[in-house]
Parts: sequence; C-alpha cells; structure tokens
Amino acid sequence: MTTTASGVARDTTTVAVCAYDRLTPELGVAALVDGVQVAIFRLADGSVHAVQNLDPFSGASVMSRGITGDKAGEPTIASPIYKQVFSLLDGRCLATMDKEPAAGHEGRLTVHRVCVEDGQVRIALAEPAGP
Amino acid sequence: MAQTKQIVVVGGGMVAHRFTEAMRARDTEGRFAVTVLAEEPRAPYDRVALTSYFTGRKPEELALGDPSLWEDPLVTLERDAKAVSVDRAARTVTDAHGRTYPYDHLVMATGSYAWSPPVKGSDLPGVFVYRTIDDVAALRGYVQQRRRDLGRTVRGAVIGGGLLGLEAAGALQELGATSTVVQFADRLMNLQVDEGGGQALSRLIENTGVKVRCNTATEEIRADKHGHVGSLKFAEQGEQLVDVVVFATGVRPRDELGRDMGLPLGERGGIVVDDTCLTEDPAISAIGEVACIQGSCIGLIAPGNTMAEIAVDRLLGGVSTFPGADTAAKLKLLGVDVASFGDAFATTPGALELTYADPVAGVYKKLVVSDDARTLLGGILVGDASAYASLRPLVGSEVGGDPAGWLLPEGAIERPNVELPDEAGVCSCNNVSAGAIRGAVTEHGCTDLAGVKACTKAGTSCGSCLPLVKKIMGTELEKAGIEVSNALCEHFAMSRAQLFSAVQVSELRTFSEIIERFGTGRGCDLCKPAIGSILATLYNEHVLAADRAALQDTNDRVMANMQKDGTYSVVPRVPGGEILPEHLILIGQIAQDYGLYTKITGGQRIDMFGARLEQLPSIWKRLVDAGMESGHAYGKSLRTVKSCVGSDWCRYGVQDSVGMAIALELRYRGLRSPHKFKLGVSGCARECAEARGKDVGVIATDKGWNVYVGGNGGFTPKHAQLLVEDVDDATLFKVIDRYLMLYVRTADRLQRTAPWQEDYEGGLDAIRSVIVDDSLGICADLDAHMARHINSYEDEWAAVLNDPERLKQFTAFVNAPEQPDPTLAYVEQRGQRRPATASERSDGSVLIAPATLEVRS
Repeated sequence: MTTTASGVARDTTTVAVCAYDRLTPELGVAALVDGVQVAIFRLADGSVHAVQNLDPFSGASVMSRGITGDKAGEPTIASPIYKQVFSLLDGRCLATMDKEPAAGHEGRLTVHRVCVEDGQVRIALAEPAGP
Repeated sequence: MAQTKQIVVVGGGMVAHRFTEAMRARDTEGRFAVTVLAEEPRAPYDRVALTSYFTGRKPEELALGDPSLWEDPLVTLERDAKAVSVDRAARTVTDAHGRTYPYDHLVMATGSYAWSPPVKGSDLPGVFVYRTIDDVAALRGYVQQRRRDLGRTVRGAVIGGGLLGLEAAGALQELGATSTVVQFADRLMNLQVDEGGGQALSRLIENTGVKVRCNTATEEIRADKHGHVGSLKFAEQGEQLVDVVVFATGVRPRDELGRDMGLPLGERGGIVVDDTCLTEDPAISAIGEVACIQGSCIGLIAPGNTMAEIAVDRLLGGVSTFPGADTAAKLKLLGVDVASFGDAFATTPGALELTYADPVAGVYKKLVVSDDARTLLGGILVGDASAYASLRPLVGSEVGGDPAGWLLPEGAIERPNVELPDEAGVCSCNNVSAGAIRGAVTEHGCTDLAGVKACTKAGTSCGSCLPLVKKIMGTELEKAGIEVSNALCEHFAMSRAQLFSAVQVSELRTFSEIIERFGTGRGCDLCKPAIGSILATLYNEHVLAADRAALQDTNDRVMANMQKDGTYSVVPRVPGGEILPEHLILIGQIAQDYGLYTKITGGQRIDMFGARLEQLPSIWKRLVDAGMESGHAYGKSLRTVKSCVGSDWCRYGVQDSVGMAIALELRYRGLRSPHKFKLGVSGCARECAEARGKDVGVIATDKGWNVYVGGNGGFTPKHAQLLVEDVDDATLFKVIDRYLMLYVRTADRLQRTAPWQEDYEGGLDAIRSVIVDDSLGICADLDAHMARHINSYEDEWAAVLNDPERLKQFTAFVNAPEQPDPTLAYVEQRGQRRPATASERSDGSVLIAPATLEVRS
C-alpha cells in the first residue's frame, strides 16, 4: 500500500525507517532521515503520512507528538505546543491560533513522500523546510 | 459653555455614591462638580453586604463601584465631614469642623439611623445597633472580648425580627455567639411575609440554630454584677440570660438638618419631596431613605438608587419622575431564601391567593393574582425563591398558563413560558428593563453575559436577576440568528456535560465507537482529549491504555509537562507538601545526573525541567523504586493539596492540616476532570495555606472544618465560597467527594470550578442542595463513583514501567531510539541550564549541547 503526499518530492531513493506494524494508529512517531527529523502518522484508515517534525510556530521538534484529526474531512495534525492545526495532505496551516510562525520559519509544514513496501515504511525527503 | 455649578451632597452612603456615579457618567460636558460630605471616615460602601464583613471580607472589599470615581477632578469626597448646618439664603453647608461648602444645588442623602425603643438598660455596655461598619466592628470586638473574659460561648440576643434583625442574628452566629431573635410581632419579617410564610421562616431559621421568640416585648435589659449586659427581662414570660444585645428595631430618617432649615417633614419624618425628588426649596433635593416621597420614607436600596438617578436626570434637564417604589426584595438570611414582591398581602380588591406549603422541605410559596386569576399581582416565596427572578418582572402582566407551575417544586410541572414586556424591570438594583437587555444584544452587539452586564449594568449589584438576564439574552440571540453554540467542536454538536452523560449512559468505551454514535468525522485536538478525560473520569483506566494514548493532550500523552523546547518537566507527588529527606536527596541526585533545572512549584513540590522524552522512563524508574509516584502535574486532574504546618508544630494551629491535606491528596489523586484543580488546607483561621484561593479550600475551626469551594487563581482569580461549616472529617470527605464528582460530570471543557459554580443553574445554593440535601437524588451515585475511583487508583507511571508496549512510546526516534533530539540547545544561567533563545543559537553562545548530558544510571 502506498500513500503519496502532494508535497514536492526530490527524486531520491527512499529510506526505510521502521516496520508498518510498529506504528500505532493515530499515534505519531519521529524518525531521523539523513539528519532530518520527520513526523510519521499511521491513521485509522491505514494511510501513512509524513511531515516535518519541526513545529514552525514554536521552533521545537515535536509535531510527532501532536493529536491527529480532521477538519472538514481533511486529515490534520495539531501542534502539541501552541495547538496550530496543519493539513497532513499538503502541510498548510488551517488554524494559526492568532500566532505568527517563529522567526525564520514558514507557517506551514513540509510534506515528505512516504510509502509502505514489504511491510516497511519508507520516506523520501522533500525540499528541507527551515533550519 | 456655562460655568461649572457646584453640587453638595450631604451624606456618604450608597445613594450618595449612586448620585455621584450617575452624574459623572451622564454629565459629559462637565456642567456640575460634586462634593460629597461623608460623616464616616471612609468612602461610601455596600451597607447591604455589611454582614459579609464577618465572613472575612475587609472594609475595602465592601467598596462600591470603581474607586477611580473619587479621583475624578469634578468629584470631591470629604470624609469625616458631618454636615451640621445649612444656610439656605447664603447657599452654604457647614460641617462639624467648621468648614463651609457653597452650593448651587444641595442634595440631602443623609439616610437613616438605627432606632431603638426606649427600653430600660439600653445604654449598658454590650448593647449595639447594626448600621455601619463601625457598629459592626464594635460588636465584633465586644463579642471576642467577652468570649475571652467569660471563657465560654457568648450568648447573644437580637431585638427585632425583621430583615435587619435576622442579618444581625446571622452575624452573631458568624462570631461564634448563640443568638435568640426577640420579635414583638407575631412572626418574623412581618412587613414582607404573611402568616404562612412567617411559620415556614421560623422553622427554617430555627434549623440554623437561631432561637426565635415571637409575640415578645422586651421590658428591660438588666446588668450583671460588673455592669455589663446580663439578661433580658420580658414583659410577660420571665427572663433570659444574655451577654450581648443588638437592636434591630427599624430605622428612622436622619432629617434633623431638614428640620433645622425649615423644610417640610413627613408625618413620620423624612424631608418631603415631589416626584422629581425636589424639596420645597428648588435648590435642594432629597434622595434615599431621608426623602419622604409619595408620603413615606423607603428603606430599600433600589428605590434609593432610582431617586438618585432621577435627581441627576432633572439637574441635567431631564423629565423623569419617581415611578413608585418597587419594594420587592429577595434576601438570603442565615442561608434561607426569602422573597416578597408586589401586592404580597393581597390588598387589591378581589385578589386571589394561591399557596403551596411543604413544611417538611421548609417551603412556603404564595402567588397573588387578579380576580380572574390571569394577572400576577405579587407573591411571597420562603425556602425556595428560585422563581423570584422570573416572577417579579411579571407583576402586572398575565401569568400565562397554569400559575401553579410557579408554586410546585421546579420540574414538577412545566412553568409557563412568558415573554416579558420591554418595560418590565429585570434588574431592580440598577433599574434595567427587559427592553434594555434586548437592546444590548440587538443594538450594541453583545453576545455573552459579560458583555450584557458591562453594557447595561444589569446584575452587577446583587446578581439575583442574572439567570433571567441570561435567558432574555439567549432568546434574543436566538432571534437574531446568532447561535449560542455549546458544541464541543466540529465533530460533536453537544457540550462536554451532554457528552459526559451520553458516554456514561451508552457505556461506550472507545473513541471510535463514541464518535460514530454521537459525532461525525475523525475527531480533533479538542474532542479527543475531552473524550479521553471523560473515559478516564468514568472508568479510571490508564490514560495510555490500548487506544487511549492517541486521545491524550500534549502532557497526558507522555505523563509529563511539555516545555517550550519540546522537553519535559517531571514532578513526583509530594502529598500535602510533606517530604522525606531521602526523597529530597533522590530528587536532587536525579536532577544532577540528568542535568535538570530544578524549581519549587507553587503547589509545594519540586519540578525538574529539561528531561527528554526517552529519559522519562529511567527517571521515573528511580522515583518509583524509591516509593514516589506520579504527581499528575501534567493532568487535567487533581494537582496538589497545599497545607500549612498545622497543629503538630504550629503554635496557633487548631487542627492537623498536614494530615488532612495528605488524606485529601491520596483520596483524589488521579481523578481526571475538565480542568486542573487544586485543594488547600489551613490549620487555623490565619489561613497560611491560602486555601480560599483553591478549588476546594478547607480551613480548620475549633469545632471541625469549614469547606470553601470555587476558588481559582489564574487569569480570573476568585476566592472560594463557603459550602459547609464546622463539619467533621467524614462529612468533609463526603461533601468534597460529591462536589468534585458533580463538577467533573457537568462542567464544560476547560471550565474551572469558579465559572462552573457561577454558571450552574441556581449557583452555589443549588449545588449545595444537590450535594448536601440530595435534592436530585444522585448522591448515592456520586458517592459510588468516587468510591470506585479511590479503589481503582494505580500509579500511572509504575504501570507504564511494567508494560513494554507502552514504553515504546518513549523513544526519541523510531529508527534511533537513544539518539537525543539534535536541535536542543541550552545556556547556563544562575548555575543551572535553560533553553537557548533563537539569538543565542545563532550567535554561537550555546554552551551546552544535549548529548553531553547523556547520563544513564
């Protein structure tokens, strides 16, 4: 099963990070892929999504510890720090909670391409977002 | 622009305050300057709330309105300036210090004095009246002194069984004295209630421990051998031993200045005014209790305020006239509700009386209606005055439907739903009509109660009309198409309280079942933690159990408090703030080993900051192995029970506050709730634990414990209110059990106890009747739920340490479990570390990288 996110993915080889069965539905994990922190979510419908782990509003690497959900049907992840809500499909911020992103950060998440092959979750990094 | 004219107000009471406030609010051009001559050495205060002076309120807390009024350049307040003469020809007032004040217009607002009948011995030490802060302070001082001198409970008596007499009886009780009310008439509050109401009232008052003697005339107050008050001699039936006597036999207008300056006085005193509050002299008005308006003086605040507003309006060129006094009153005396309004004694020809009496419950209600039973004329409510706010504005209107609906206990049959006419008065303290409240919504765009209160002033004095204000506002918002939504989020259309019941009744235990049955979509960061909390409250299962972890909010998710850089703080429980030296050493050792920043929390425990996700289990293993447990500092749950050192060590403590705090903390630890809550226990009335700033505050008395509820710090600080007094340990646990259970079941998401208590229909009184008198019949259920909670408690952290599956959630990276987050950076400050700021990161002044702190025990 493969889920492709709409973010711009570099044409690189994918990196295996863990077994699909290691992921608990709706509970994110963080992974280190070529030194970049990625937050990976397996949703209740079986799909897997990967976004930058860095929360652009706090500057902390915590997105994997946020709460998943949906906004009008679109799958979302909420930051555990100041509760901004982002789309898991394209990374745009759906609720800024009246805050500005931290200095030097864009107010959205980079979405990484993710696929599941032979029971392994594989990530292909998109353009890096921010420091 | 005309020259500023000078108004002198003689008197510094509540009505003088209202006059000044209204003048400054309405005289926007600054046409008038106001000088207030107050006899008392303080600014006007809330005399109606005088009794609350005994429940710990300080004189300054009785202040009226915004104190900046007295700093207005056009307002001068002269304290300790009793006016002694007025020269109408020269238009000047002279005070007791000989200072003169010229006036263009004079406002007499001298109020009343407490009148006592010429009883022999009424000049003995130990005889008091009940009118001013000084009276009340003197009474307090005397009672305390006598208790010390006599070495026993002081025996008090109040002569007069009216409203003020019952207030005074309550005050005596509050001071720890016994009290007997001696009433000349055949019933208590004979001006407000009829015979049936009087009987119910006597029973209710006697239940509070106050003795009542009606039909009794006091002939003499006799001295003891030292010349203090010693006993009361009654005209007919013997004598009673007393140590202190309070006269509450009515008030008389302080009209002596009016008499001296030759103004006409009423038959029973008072300066005669017309419907515009003007005296015979067009340069002099009289307002409040000193004014004899429409033939009588009125000793109530609402008509006094109305007169103040009329006087201001007239001076500014308005045409308002006194509409007649609304003598309606709703009072709470010694915890007993009494209300009387309109033609309470059915004096209208042909009037019909509908009565309902339940002597067991101590309730008496009467409605007076017109001869065709359609128009409400008045009524009396004793014991349960919940219908007052709805009924009083209906006086003169059709009652609609079956009026019996208003008499039977709430919910017995449906109460008629009547829309109030615009001109119906809703807030009598501030004279706000139903139309004004509607206007606040339709014209001024108010959408919540706070907005309507600020806009109209409705409900800002006594607050008794607030339920009605809220209802009118809700109806108006609905009409305007503004939905008063209490939906939790886009996935659940119901409020948290409704969802709680739904989950409880359906017995569903998983989020997916619950959202499928009661909601839509997949949930979000609002409804998921709410349901996680509801399930935890109901079943007390582990927050990280099977499919629960994904529901938990940031902190509950890993059972630690996330800080700004994504690391966590760790707080083990220190029940009641009592800690073993070895635990102190252990905490210090862990903090050193892991390089954690340590700080004492506001809840008497120790917080260790900067622990990374993957370090939490090993830190907790050391804590749990040494016998410490989760402090739930991360939970919407019980946080701490703060205590003072109590009677074991303290020279003043009267009870073991530490022991009680520990018992309470161990009892409620882990109870998940809509918001965090805290308790406090003080070992004596000095209140060193600041318990009244807590959700539940317990304060030791020499007879047991007083329990206060609904205190909050935070954004909107609130002092906790008295729930029960002088209770023993078992009762204390029972009422707190039930209070907390009712709160966790019915509060809104993230609603703390203070606003919950305020919003709860009927307020704290209603809550008290639910949890003390079991008025809803749910106490057994609440008790069983709390028992279940206490019995099923387990330490969450110990449970996780024993579960390899749950431990997996505490890894930094799924493909590099032990690799610390490389983005963490710290600098040193005052010998400890703190997260580096963005500029410190960029200019390279970061001193500490996380990997260097990697220490494993």
